[in-house]
Amino acid sequence: MKKSVFLGVVAATTMVAGAAAAQATLEAVKARGELICGSNTGLTGFGAPDASGNWTGFDVDLCRAVAAAVLGDATKVKFVPTTGETRFTALQSGEVDLLVRNSTWTLSRDTELALDFVAVNYYDGQGFMVKKDLGVSSAKELDGATVCIQTGTTTELNLADFFKQNNISYQPVTVADDSEAQRQYLAGACDAYTTDASGLAASRATMPDAENHVILPEIISKEPLGPVVRHGDSNWGDIVRWTYFALLIAEEKGVTKANVNEVAASTTDEEVKRLLGLSGDMGAKIGLPNEAFKNAIAAVGNYGEIFAANIGEGTTINLARGLNALWTQGGLQYAPPFR
Amino acid sequence: MTKASYVRDQMLPPQAPPVSEAGVVKWLRENLFSGWFNTILTLVGVVVIYWLVASALPWWLNSVWNAESLGQCREIVAATAGEGATGACWAMIRERWHQFIFGFYPPDLWWRPIMAFGLLFVALAPVLFSGQRRNLTAILGAAFAFLLVTLYLAGAPMAAWVLVLALILGLAGLAQAMPGKLLWFTAIYPALCFWLLWGGSIWSPVAAMLGFVVMGVAYVALVGRMGPTASAIAGVVLAALWWLILDVPVANAIQSAIPFGLQPVASDQFGGFLLAITIGVTAITFSLPIGILLALGRQSDMLIVKTLCVGFIEFIRGVPLITLLFTASLLLQYFLPPGTNFDIILRVIILVTLFAAAYLAEVIRGGLAALPRGQYEAADALGLDYWRAQRLIILPQALKISIPAIVSTFIGLFKDTTLVAFVGLMDPLKGVTQIVRADIDWKGIYWEPYIFVGVIFFVICFGMSRYSMYLERKLKTDHR
Amino acid sequence: MALASDVPKESFRLSMLIYDTRYRSITIQIFVLVLFGLFLAWLLNNTAQNLATRGKEFNFGFLWQRAGYDIGQQLIPYTNDSNHFRALLVGLINTLVVAIIGCVLATVIGVFVGVMRLSKNWLVGRLMTVYVEMFRNVPLLLWILLSYVILSETTPQPRDFRLTDEMAAAGEAPAASMILFDTVAVTNRGTNVPSPLFDRSLGTLDLGGMSISLTLLAYIAVIAGSVWVNRRILAAARAQQEATGDRPVTWWKSLAVLFVPVIALSAALGLHLEIPELRGFNFQGGILVAHSFTALVIALALYTAAFIAEIVRAGILAISRGQSEAAFALGLRPGRTMNLIILPQALRVIIPPLISQYLNLTKNTSLGIAVSYLDLRGTLGGITLNQTGRELECMLLMMLIYLTISLIISAVMNLYNKSVQIKAR
Repeated sequence: MKKSVFLGVVAATTMVAGAAAAQATLEAVKARGELICGSNTGLTGFGAPDASGNWTGFDVDLCRAVAAAVLGDATKVKFVPTTGETRFTALQSGEVDLLVRNSTWTLSRDTELALDFVAVNYYDGQGFMVKKDLGVSSAKELDGATVCIQTGTTTELNLADFFKQNNISYQPVTVADDSEAQRQYLAGACDAYTTDASGLAASRATMPDAENHVILPEIISKEPLGPVVRHGDSNWGDIVRWTYFALLIAEEKGVTKANVNEVAASTTDEEVKRLLGLSGDMGAKIGLPNEAFKNAIAAVGNYGEIFAANIGEGTTINLARGLNALWTQGGLQYAPPFR
Repeated sequence: MTKASYVRDQMLPPQAPPVSEAGVVKWLRENLFSGWFNTILTLVGVVVIYWLVASALPWWLNSVWNAESLGQCREIVAATAGEGATGACWAMIRERWHQFIFGFYPPDLWWRPIMAFGLLFVALAPVLFSGQRRNLTAILGAAFAFLLVTLYLAGAPMAAWVLVLALILGLAGLAQAMPGKLLWFTAIYPALCFWLLWGGSIWSPVAAMLGFVVMGVAYVALVGRMGPTASAIAGVVLAALWWLILDVPVANAIQSAIPFGLQPVASDQFGGFLLAITIGVTAITFSLPIGILLALGRQSDMLIVKTLCVGFIEFIRGVPLITLLFTASLLLQYFLPPGTNFDIILRVIILVTLFAAAYLAEVIRGGLAALPRGQYEAADALGLDYWRAQRLIILPQALKISIPAIVSTFIGLFKDTTLVAFVGLMDPLKGVTQIVRADIDWKGIYWEPYIFVGVIFFVICFGMSRYSMYLERKLKTDHR
Repeated sequence: MALASDVPKESFRLSMLIYDTRYRSITIQIFVLVLFGLFLAWLLNNTAQNLATRGKEFNFGFLWQRAGYDIGQQLIPYTNDSNHFRALLVGLINTLVVAIIGCVLATVIGVFVGVMRLSKNWLVGRLMTVYVEMFRNVPLLLWILLSYVILSETTPQPRDFRLTDEMAAAGEAPAASMILFDTVAVTNRGTNVPSPLFDRSLGTLDLGGMSISLTLLAYIAVIAGSVWVNRRILAAARAQQEATGDRPVTWWKSLAVLFVPVIALSAALGLHLEIPELRGFNFQGGILVAHSFTALVIALALYTAAFIAEIVRAGILAISRGQSEAAFALGLRPGRTMNLIILPQALRVIIPPLISQYLNLTKNTSLGIAVSYLDLRGTLGGITLNQTGRELECMLLMMLIYLTISLIISAVMNLYNKSVQIKAR
């Protein structure tokens, strides 16, 4: 009996912490002094801890940017690894404040699950990778093929739809995670591996014989991946959304991690001034200090820098900007005016 | 009468046995080649061993210990053993071993879990060898030696050394002077362990422990006036009031007056074997009292109590652990008051505790059933009431019989802690392996982490099962 | 309770509810019941509130929506147009199949290993000990992952079976070939086994959404009939043996009764095997047994068998030596001693722990999650839960189903246990 003391202590302290979750997310985060961010259990380039336990990645940097904007310190983030099954529940229950875990924005998730997708930080699409010597040049030639597919994602539904539309058959091999899928595919247990094109590129980049694998031209679905917040707290949603847009505008205006202070001192561009909190009260409008966005940019850099540092050309993953280029360069990343 | 011409008056020297009946040949004949069936079995066995060794040996021999990434490992293997050869890449373990053991626990604080682990044995010793001075000293010595070596390796700060030395010397003195009193250390160990692992102010565990003091004092003060049942209830109620209302303010007040604490470590830093052992040990500790109550409830004459206990036990034992873990991560949020939200590790520990309690209840019920009826009757004849009879006569014997089964339940539970990976925790087998594989340097590594983790699991579980067999022999007091 | 009658009659006081043994148990029970009721009410109230704040409601209507996903292994017809309930059924059947095959295999291996561990053969005894200790002391999850990776890494790819023109010209054989008279192909995707096909099938019977194959029914009826007739023959033989001491020769009768009707039925229906053959990317035709299934079954069977082996060994050791000595004295050979004397007696000791091993194995099938085997947890508790976001309904339903399976298994096994125990003494 005496050992249940431990439980008593923990339960008592956590109940106190729990009461905070009911109030608005922003206040809860400020009171806690820490942002809790739902992340992947480990996806190369997008979010994974390194040898010393520091999380890095494309999604991770967005979390850090939000932390920098809200708390003024990009290191005040706790990353909670979530699986495909537990991620939305973790957000709904208030276990995490923000979910940045390459989650696809769909109507039913936006409505039924009582979640809000606030932005799209990566435009992706589902593709196929096959071995070159299979002699396949289009996904429509995959009749009767065995396809490796990660379970718990939208890709299962897309795959079923695609093969049905084209009136061809396939044999699904469901696998638990990306590294398992890659191993299966390399061992030849499936003819094709399907997942988001970014994931395929990341897998291909790390294969010992990358030149023997091709990613087929068909992109069979739209996979807008983005940060998710709980439904009903629109102020918190605005904060995440506009922190993200601030990163886009920074890229558009050429404000980088390195030159942000320099630009702040010398700029004459009114939008940049508003962005960096030199004029107007953009931060205050959503309950943040005025230099919030400047902090975010100073902490992680602009969108282009985040992309280049984690998954862009030159990294091992080596993804082209493609759809994720700024709208000025023919991509889809477009931020509404900052005013 | 003829006289016998010759009578041997001394024994002949024994002849050497035939070649087939002596030495290696005899052993081979008896143990490997007695009869055609055994010969076939032996040959099959030899073939199996040869096949296993032949297929795995080159991989082991070509092991690489120094490399930056899997790609480099492959290059080194190709360079030393030729194209197409395979080899193990232990360089990954070299670089990431600490994540398999400690998860993300800050390296400069590793001494804390190490110390908690070492002291665990010290806390267990009085339970297993109550009052046996020699065994207690031996365990204390072993724990001390373990702590010396590991703390040195972990680069523990001066304060840790002082703490360990003070604790061990104090306990060793206690073991010599009053070995029975060592149980008090077992009683405070959970709070100490909690404080070491999670850090923070020392006054929170102390204040929580005070709740038990409140309970005890209330019981002793009231038992004369109200009788045992009522005063026990009063004690529990008072203790509950203490925990719910006074505990936190008191702890905070003392902390602000006399600040003393360790750097706090959040639960999300826990991972690897640290997590597995934390979940396993906490769950089995808490589940023991619950399990005893459930077992007694199941044996009870009270229909409603019995039905509830049976229902609980059968429900928990009827569903897979993994569904309970998903309950912890997905459903608990529905069952608790809106806005309540606490740590996933704590939620998992609670559910695993309930799981273990149901299994322990059955184990202890087995122990209770194995006691001869006469023991119960003797207790009744002595005029002991229900709780005294249980405490003084029944449970000590029933628990003693159940110890081996309790240990094997614990082994099972410890192995099952790997399942927490499916709710996103960093268990050593799948959770840590997955984050290691997410690193671009080690993407595609497969066997090495599994073998590393498997070997550690084997060593721990095998050790425990051997120990429980030893205990079983030692505790056996019946004569067969 | 003799004391109770000696208690002097006195007026009822409130404190007697606690101090009087006559009333105390009732007081405690009512107290516990009230507490339990309050606890339940608290849970339900919380759940209702939480559902309300999330704008969800508790109903199982989603089970009749289109599932939209595919399942690799389906023993009843299922397409991605079927509803979630159908997917649940497919998953449930997959769970049961693994559990049943796993239990049978584990028992066979476990008994074999348990007996072998006691073998006088030093090498075999040691090998079996190593096997048992290795499997008992390492988490099951690891064995599942390892058997999966071994299956998919050591078996050839489908294309290795292909005989290209160049190879034929050079007189080379393909890198891999089918086994068992070219009927079974083991590739790294799964095992392709032949499937039975009928030229003159009897069609199916529609029973309100459930379609039952008449062919299957015909087979079941014929086999049941044959077994019944065979038992009659054996019973008659036994009766004659007991009456006259002579046992008539029955083996050819049994053989004929057991096999001729089935063969006749097969011939009548035009049974032939559809042998898998390599077309396109994969072997087509026949039945594909996916490696996730095989790996799960193998790992579960080997893991549980290690425990069963210990149970069997303990059971055998529990039989006193006098029994086997008596058997040897009767002139029985060791094998027959084991079969006729030791095992039947050991069974009494073995069955109760064996039941809990079967239960464990059944529950452990949920670890199919590690190899993404789409069992009940994979369909209902996995993809369905994910796509519909109904975690409360899905998890509760899943637990209920697992609980039902467990209760059925333990009920059936306890019945069997009872029959064995009665026979024994």
